[in-house]
Amino acid sequence: MDMKEKMPLTPTTPVPTNSAAIEADANRKGPATVKDETTGEAEAAAPTIDVSQLDNLKDSSDAAIDTGREPKMCADKVGVFYGDKQALKDVSIKIYDDLVTAFIGPSGCGKSTFLRCLNRMNDTIPSARVVGTIDLDGEDITSSAMDVVQLRARVGMVFQKPNPFPKSIFDNIAYGPKIHGIAHSKADLEQIVETSLKRAGLWDEVKDRLQESGTALSGGQQQRLCIARAIAVDPEVILMDEPCSALDPIATAKIEELIHELRGRYAIAIVTHNMQQAARVSQRTAFFHLGELVEYGKTSEIFTNPHEQRTQDYITGRYG
Amino acid sequence: MTDVRADAVPGTGSTAASRWTADAMQRRLRRRYAFERGFKLTGLAAICLSILFLAFLLWNMGSQGIGGFTQYQAALPIDFTKSDLFLDPAALRGPDAEQTVANADLSGAISKAATTAYGPEAAEMFSDGATTLLTKEIVRNPSILNGQATLWLPVGGKIDTAAKHQGDAASERIVAALKQKHALRRAFNAQFLKGSDATDPSAVGVWGALKGTFYTILVTILLAFPIGVLASVYLEEFAPKSWLSDAIEVSINNLAAVPSIIFGLLGLAVFLDVMNLPRSAPLVGGMTLALMTFPVIVIAGRNAIKSVPPSIREAALGVGASKLQVTFHHVLPLALPGILTGTIIGVARALGETAPLLLIGMRAFVAAPPNGISDPATVLPVQIFLWSDEVDRSFVEKTSAAIIVLLLFMLLMNGLAIYLRNRFERRW
Repeated sequence: MDMKEKMPLTPTTPVPTNSAAIEADANRKGPATVKDETTGEAEAAAPTIDVSQLDNLKDSSDAAIDTGREPKMCADKVGVFYGDKQALKDVSIKIYDDLVTAFIGPSGCGKSTFLRCLNRMNDTIPSARVVGTIDLDGEDITSSAMDVVQLRARVGMVFQKPNPFPKSIFDNIAYGPKIHGIAHSKADLEQIVETSLKRAGLWDEVKDRLQESGTALSGGQQQRLCIARAIAVDPEVILMDEPCSALDPIATAKIEELIHELRGRYAIAIVTHNMQQAARVSQRTAFFHLGELVEYGKTSEIFTNPHEQRTQDYITGRYG
Repeated sequence: MTDVRADAVPGTGSTAASRWTADAMQRRLRRRYAFERGFKLTGLAAICLSILFLAFLLWNMGSQGIGGFTQYQAALPIDFTKSDLFLDPAALRGPDAEQTVANADLSGAISKAATTAYGPEAAEMFSDGATTLLTKEIVRNPSILNGQATLWLPVGGKIDTAAKHQGDAASERIVAALKQKHALRRAFNAQFLKGSDATDPSAVGVWGALKGTFYTILVTILLAFPIGVLASVYLEEFAPKSWLSDAIEVSINNLAAVPSIIFGLLGLAVFLDVMNLPRSAPLVGGMTLALMTFPVIVIAGRNAIKSVPPSIREAALGVGASKLQVTFHHVLPLALPGILTGTIIGVARALGETAPLLLIGMRAFVAAPPNGISDPATVLPVQIFLWSDEVDRSFVEKTSAAIIVLLLFMLLMNGLAIYLRNRFERRW
């Protein structure tokens, strides 16, 4: 599949999503908005983002939702407290192993907090307390019997700011397999590094300088290095916390391209500020607001026919 | 819009923008620049003043101390056939030779020869070191006992002072006589680098104190560095945050400010009285100084660990590293340069410390260099302190010379530490 077709955000090729954004923009300012507020039916019909043109939603896997399929991860009534303050309440979401799930919402709505529950990164914050259950293949990861170290290898994470170790490119990727004892020999390790870099689409750019420092790469390359590092321990789920917010549009396009390629091999959950990005890369979207899960469903439905007023307001750019 | 602005500056009819050129504004601007210039000049003056003080100190120490590294020697013609030494050159063989020579009345022979050559006043002109030198010379070459020889031997402290600066009348006369006969020369004082403490200022040396300092600092580093680093790692990364850890933090910060003599009292009470460790030994000195250095390392270590970006920790946790692996594979290597900086500061302070060591008995007169950490020893700062207390004037230059040695030793240690720190420095 030619990826260029999928990359609407590239400045030189303003295809589907850009026009969709303009549509959404016009919608907000134009008189149609005023009409929306008064008539409920018009609101539902209002074209927001033209999802029909997005490749990621044309997939057959999108046809059936939830029923009859076992989710990879299943969060049930998850709440998070920081001290006495409740940051997240009653979130129930299912993540499927062949779909990309996007979490959208305004800043401070709890989407990153929820993402960090999925591999128990919140454990590192002393005041944080998680309630509810989160299952990974039917196993409750919030229980004390769950080994956190193993969980984080199974549920890998990519962070907002690229954070390679100040070590060589090779060592960055080899670190995970080394500490988990996945590689049995040096040749094994080299093979894992090569495969991971290839899957992250970075191999051709760095194959001649694997011994150079990972921090010497450009921002976009660093982020792909971090994705390669997460892949290297062969995870089942990859969590991405606003992976493109520190990157320029071209690097962003490459990461999105990569997400498309990784889909199917890993279950992916991505937090993003950028609604167009959510529409471009995901098949399921969850909208968070003020610590609550407002709406969760197919990306196509969330963006064309949301059930909640707040979702509608957010995706049309009325707040957030 | 223009109307409103014109109103803002009544009468002038100008717009608001033109007020930037008004006199009041220009004055304010000039005042601001004048203040900035004044501030810069004050800073420059402070730097100049401190450089001046430093230069004065170095010049003072250097000009006084350089004399400590040199020593006057006088030519002494000895006729061994008339010296009453009763030594048989043929018998001076084997391991007992040195003892046999040392038992002979060599200093008497030197006195006699000096009297013969330079008159009765010169009987005491040579130092104790001269005897040692003569012993070595005889053992090396016993055949000189069969005839006459002229040897260059170090003069005593009084003559040395008289030759270098100003001495008592008798010494001045001898110096004048020696100079007239060209029998006086200035030479490098190897004894000062090789010897230990002595009662005769011309025979003293810093080697014993230097060795003592080395052993003491070795013990200090070996104890304080690992304990300090592990304590800071535990407090920063593993300890649960509670009133207890807060109390420990406050106590450690306070410990760094405790006067060093208190640590000396603690060392005296615990290491000597309770644990019965040897008095005056580098082991106890090192342990006492380690107590003093430890809080400095912990504070620096905690700050260095805190300043490691949390993103690195998250990255390592994210690929499934355990807490211990995160700490030892990532946090500690990145914090090491900062920890080493703190260690350098702490050890440099310990290196120059005198007070706590006085209390555990390291101010004793030790005439032999220590051969281990449990031998009686003294350290350079204490040696400087002891010499500065001496009445004899020739100790003044020895004191300054010892200070120069101490400063060079510190420079060497710090240079080594900075080299190590730069090797471990990583950029991210």
